[in-house]
Amino acid sequence: MFEATARNRRNRKVEGLLRLLFLWMTCMLILPVALILGVLVVRGGPAISWEFLFTQPLDNMTAGGILPALVGTVWLVVVALIASVPVGVAAALYLSEYAPDNRLTRAINLAIINLAGVPSIVHALFGLGAFVIFFRFGTSILAASLTLAVMTLPVVIVATRESLQTVPLAFREACWNMGATRWQTIRKIVLPNAISGILTGVILEVSRTSGETAPIMFTGAAFFLPFLPQGVLDQTMAMSLHLFVISTQVPDVPEHMPFGVALVLISMVLAMNGLSIAFRVYLRGRKKW
Amino acid sequence: MPELAQAADRRDAAWWIDRMVQILVLAGGLSAIVFIAGIFVFITREGAGFVFDRFDFREFFGSPRWTPTSSHNPTYGALALIAGTASVTGLAMVVSVPFSLGAAIYIGEFATGRVRETLKVLVELLAAIPSVVWGFIGLSIMNPLIIRVFDVPVGLNVLNAGVILGLMAAPIMTTIAEDALKAVPDTYREAAEAMGATRWQVTFRVVLPAARNGLVAATLLGVGRGFGETMAVLMASGHSINLPTSPFDSVRALTATIAAELGETAAGSDHYGALFALGIFLFLVTFAINFAADVFVRGGQRKHRRRGRRPAASANP
Repeated sequence: MFEATARNRRNRKVEGLLRLLFLWMTCMLILPVALILGVLVVRGGPAISWEFLFTQPLDNMTAGGILPALVGTVWLVVVALIASVPVGVAAALYLSEYAPDNRLTRAINLAIINLAGVPSIVHALFGLGAFVIFFRFGTSILAASLTLAVMTLPVVIVATRESLQTVPLAFREACWNMGATRWQTIRKIVLPNAISGILTGVILEVSRTSGETAPIMFTGAAFFLPFLPQGVLDQTMAMSLHLFVISTQVPDVPEHMPFGVALVLISMVLAMNGLSIAFRVYLRGRKKW
Repeated sequence: MPELAQAADRRDAAWWIDRMVQILVLAGGLSAIVFIAGIFVFITREGAGFVFDRFDFREFFGSPRWTPTSSHNPTYGALALIAGTASVTGLAMVVSVPFSLGAAIYIGEFATGRVRETLKVLVELLAAIPSVVWGFIGLSIMNPLIIRVFDVPVGLNVLNAGVILGLMAAPIMTTIAEDALKAVPDTYREAAEAMGATRWQVTFRVVLPAARNGLVAATLLGVGRGFGETMAVLMASGHSINLPTSPFDSVRALTATIAAELGETAAGSDHYGALFALGIFLFLVTFAINFAADVFVRGGQRKHRRRGRRPAASANP
C-alpha cells in the first residue's frame, strides 16, 4: 500500500497553494478590465441611441451624434482591407507553400515581426512621409488606409499562414501526384480548405484597423468634418480619433458623450474579435482531419 | 527523374500561370521587407535635414530641455522624453511581467479543458482593446481614482500610464509566454513526472528553465509594446516635460510628443525634422528589441529541436 509521507503531504499543499496563486494572478489580469468595461457600459450606455449613432455632431461636437465618424471608420477599414488582404495572402502563400528555409525567408519573417512591432506613431510618420507627401495623396482616406494596411499586414499574413499550414501535406501530395501544378493545387485544394481560417484573420484585421488612432492622425483623419466622405481622396472623421478629440481637445463636452463613443468603439472591436474567435472554434470542431 | 521531366515537356498554359503566380507570391513575401525598409527610408528622408544640420548628440541625449517652439532659442533635448517613456514602461513591466508569467503558467501548465480555452479567449479579447480606449480609461476612470486613493492633486502621471500600459501589455506577454511553455516538448514533462515530480516541481525545475528563452522574448516584446505605445500614454501620463522622481509626477513620452506636436509644425522646419528624428530613434530601438526577441525565440526553438526529437539518421539511406 502507498502511504503518504510528510514530504508527499507538504508537496501537495505547496501544489495547491501555487495553483491558487497562479489562478489569482490570471484573475488579476482579467477582472480589472472586466470591471472597467462594466463602468464604460454603465456610464456610456445612456448616451447611446439611434439618434446618437445616426446624426451629425452639433455645436462644436458637444451635442448631436457620431455618424460621420462611424461612416469614416467603415471607409478607412474597407480601403485598408482592399489594399492589404491580397498582399498579405500572397505573402502567406509564399511563406507557407513556396519558401525554402533560407536567409531570404528569415529576413521576411523578421520584417513581419518588425512591421507588427514598430510603434504606431512611427507608422504614422511613415504614412505622412510616403503616402501624403511623396506619393502626393494628400491627407486623405487613401493615405490613411494605406498606412493602416501596412501596419496591419502582419495580422493577415500570420493568420493566413497558420490556416494554410493546418492543411495536411498529404492533401497537396495527392494533388501533385495527379499531375497538377503548384498553383492548381493551391487553388483547388489548399485555399478551399484554408479559406475560413483566412477569413478569421481578415475579421481580426478589421478589429485592429478600426481601433487604431495614431496612424491616421496626420494622414487622413480630421478632427471635425460634418460631411460624409465622397471618395478616397477626401478626409474623414473616424471613431478612434473622435474619442481622442472629444475627450481631450474639446471643452465642455457633456460627460456621457465620450463614454458613449468609447462604448461604441469597444463594442465594434470586441464584437469583431468575438466573431473571429467563435468562427475559429466552430471550424476547429468541424475539421475532419 | 530528370529524363522523365524532359520527356513530358509541360510548358503549357498551366505551367506559365504557375510560374507567374510564383513570382506574384514572392513579390507579396518581399513586400514585408520593402515596407519595413520603406518605413526607415521615408522617416529618414523627412528627418534627414534636421539630423545632419541641427542634430546635436549631446543635446539630444543629455538635455532635458525640449523647447522646440521657443522663438529665440529652440532646444531639442530628448532626455526628459526618454526618461518619461522609460519610467512609464518600467513601471508597466514591474506591474505586468509577474502577472503575465503567472497567468501563462496557470493557463499553460495548470488549467485544463474548458477553463483553459475560456481563459485563452478572454486574454485574447483583452489584447484587442484599442489604445485610444485605454487612454480614455486612464483619463476618465483611473485619474479620479488615483486622486481619491492617494490624495494627490493630479491623477495623470507615471502611475496612471504605467498601470494602463501594464494592463495593455499583459495579454500579449501572456500569449507569447504561454506559446513558449507550449513549445517545451511533452516528453520533458513526462520524464519528470515519471521520476515522481509534482506538477509545480515539473513546472519550476523542468518547464520554466527549458522555456527561458521564450519567456525572455515575451518580456522583451512587452517592453517593445510599452515603449511604442502612443495614444494611451499621451492621454494618461499628463504630458508635461519632467524628469520623474516619483510615480506621481506627470511625464511626457517620446511617442506622445510626436503625436501631440506633429500636427502643429510646418513641414520642413527644424521642429518637424526633430519629431522625425524622435521617430528614427523609436524605430531603431524597437527594431533592436524585436530583433533580440526573435533571436531568443529562435534559440529556444533550436534547443528543443536538438534535444526533444529523436535523430532521424536511420530514415535517410
